[in-house]
Amino acid sequence: MSTTIAPPRRSRPVRPQGTKLERAVRGTAYHVVSMVLAVAFLFPLLWAALNSIKERDEANRQPPTWFPESLSLENYRNLAGFDQGIGTYLLNSIAVSTLTVIGSVVVCVLGGYGFARFNFPGKSALFGTTLAILMVPYATILLPLYILLSRVGLQNTLIGLALVLIMFQLPFGIFMMRNSFESVPRELEEAALVDGCSDFSAMWHVSARIVAPGVVTVALFAFLISWNEFLAPLFILNDGRKYTLPVMLVNIRYASFNILDVGALQAGIVVAMVPCLVVYLALQRFYVSGLVAGALRG
Amino acid sequence: MVSVTTTRVEADTSAPAPAGRKFRVPATRRPRNGMLFVAPTAVIVVALFLVPLAILVYMSFTDWPLLAGPTPNGLKNYTDLLEDDQFLGAIIFTIIYTIVTTIVLFAVAFVLVAIVNSPRRGSRFYRTAFFLPYVVGTAAASSMWWVDVHDRFGIFNQVLQAVGLTDGPVGFIETPNKAFFTIIALVVWKFIGFQMIVLLVGLQSIPAQLYEAALVDGATTWQRLRYITIPGLRPTLALLTVLSVTGSLLAFDQFFVLTHGGPDNSTVTVVLALYNKAFQSFRLGNAAAEAVVLLIALIVVNALQLFLLRRRETR
Repeated sequence: MSTTIAPPRRSRPVRPQGTKLERAVRGTAYHVVSMVLAVAFLFPLLWAALNSIKERDEANRQPPTWFPESLSLENYRNLAGFDQGIGTYLLNSIAVSTLTVIGSVVVCVLGGYGFARFNFPGKSALFGTTLAILMVPYATILLPLYILLSRVGLQNTLIGLALVLIMFQLPFGIFMMRNSFESVPRELEEAALVDGCSDFSAMWHVSARIVAPGVVTVALFAFLISWNEFLAPLFILNDGRKYTLPVMLVNIRYASFNILDVGALQAGIVVAMVPCLVVYLALQRFYVSGLVAGALRG
Repeated sequence: MVSVTTTRVEADTSAPAPAGRKFRVPATRRPRNGMLFVAPTAVIVVALFLVPLAILVYMSFTDWPLLAGPTPNGLKNYTDLLEDDQFLGAIIFTIIYTIVTTIVLFAVAFVLVAIVNSPRRGSRFYRTAFFLPYVVGTAAASSMWWVDVHDRFGIFNQVLQAVGLTDGPVGFIETPNKAFFTIIALVVWKFIGFQMIVLLVGLQSIPAQLYEAALVDGATTWQRLRYITIPGLRPTLALLTVLSVTGSLLAFDQFFVLTHGGPDNSTVTVVLALYNKAFQSFRLGNAAAEAVVLLIALIVVNALQLFLLRRRETR
């Protein structure tokens, strides 16, 4: 299994065609079109960031100003005072994401190893059922999950939400980790087993290091999905103090009956999106390798 | 020498690791330990997937106001659905939305993948630029667009006026049609990056030798596209179709945040109708029946797509 993807491969030979002038024209056309599109794609992100650092009055001006006439953190300060305060929502989001990432990694590493290395009764039934989670749209089972969690006292808790999010991560994560472990030759572990290692320490000391890229991919997907998830917290959380960032963003609009503060809303959007952008840019290659290993083979 | 060749053979068979692995060492390990490893998975799958699924089916046969308990009422929830104009409207709207989204996403993705697959300098930058909106959460992205398309605060109106396309505010989410196309634009902007990356990966997995051989044989650009690129991309296209159709049938966030189902309930999707039924009308039984219908529809659609896909692959 290839765990990293090579930088963009030239899958087609480049043939210099036409005169030098024709090539220059084509090259320029390519960059003009691409640049216009790139600007169109990045513009909403940049404009939200730009607006968030204007002063409150300027951020709410109608029509809006293009470039900030003033630089200020006023919007972020206002956001800090919104309802429970941005800090609460940020901490909730961090807690849910952390729990989901750790939970998904632990369950998927153990499960993936079990599926890759052992035979036991019910193995294929369990594996098939896990993958079937993909077939059943999460929106449809949130309702009974909400009922179930309230029966066991986990409704309106971040742990309950994280458990639900971990469940949704299982099909991809288990599939990914099983493939990763299967690509590690068993012989590497046999030696450790002969030397008297337990199954767990054989996995931990021998294979776990080799499948590290797969683990990072599972963690990355779990983070992005749990950080951005909107529908599940909307169903499961009903107390303003428990809300995560995406739910808070929507509430800024509906909760402020008197005056809508566009500046604070955009500051909130920036707080919600920057961690994802940073994590993605740092771990980009694991994202693509995850797609190659998981999605395309599955 | 011998040992070198054997290890290479093993490395080769383990690399793609699909179905038939050649070097299966007899399973000497105790099955009980394997079950311990998968125990957490089993607990979560049973407790948070199978049990809720059973509850869902049970709920759909009961009258269950949110704050009281359930009372069985047979098939009434399902017969109610047949007379529920909002739900039927939501089904039709969701189907139209799914078809339009899937087509538009593919059309735009082909343009973008042509750009990012270029060997020219800067194509990596373009790839990242097109992909970044996908990383932003749908709720955050929809909130962002809600401000951007606002008649008074919105920058999109300013941009259109600056370019000279419009004189006044467009009213992006004012009429059902405008709201629909604004949502489509948002969805393309937000999700196209994923589509593009998957297509790119699929495209780059086609061996370059095929193209070289075709060139040597004097194949035209069109012939290379027709006989190498499109057949090579078929599994990727199939996967993207399944993902796009499933995702669109379940669309919720952008409708909840950007249009809130409006104007005049013209943009209510099935999941939004389900949510309203449960948490605005507080009728869990009816909502559960809607969920069961949606669930069956999705399983049928997915099975159908996978069936068509397999058949085309074997042909």
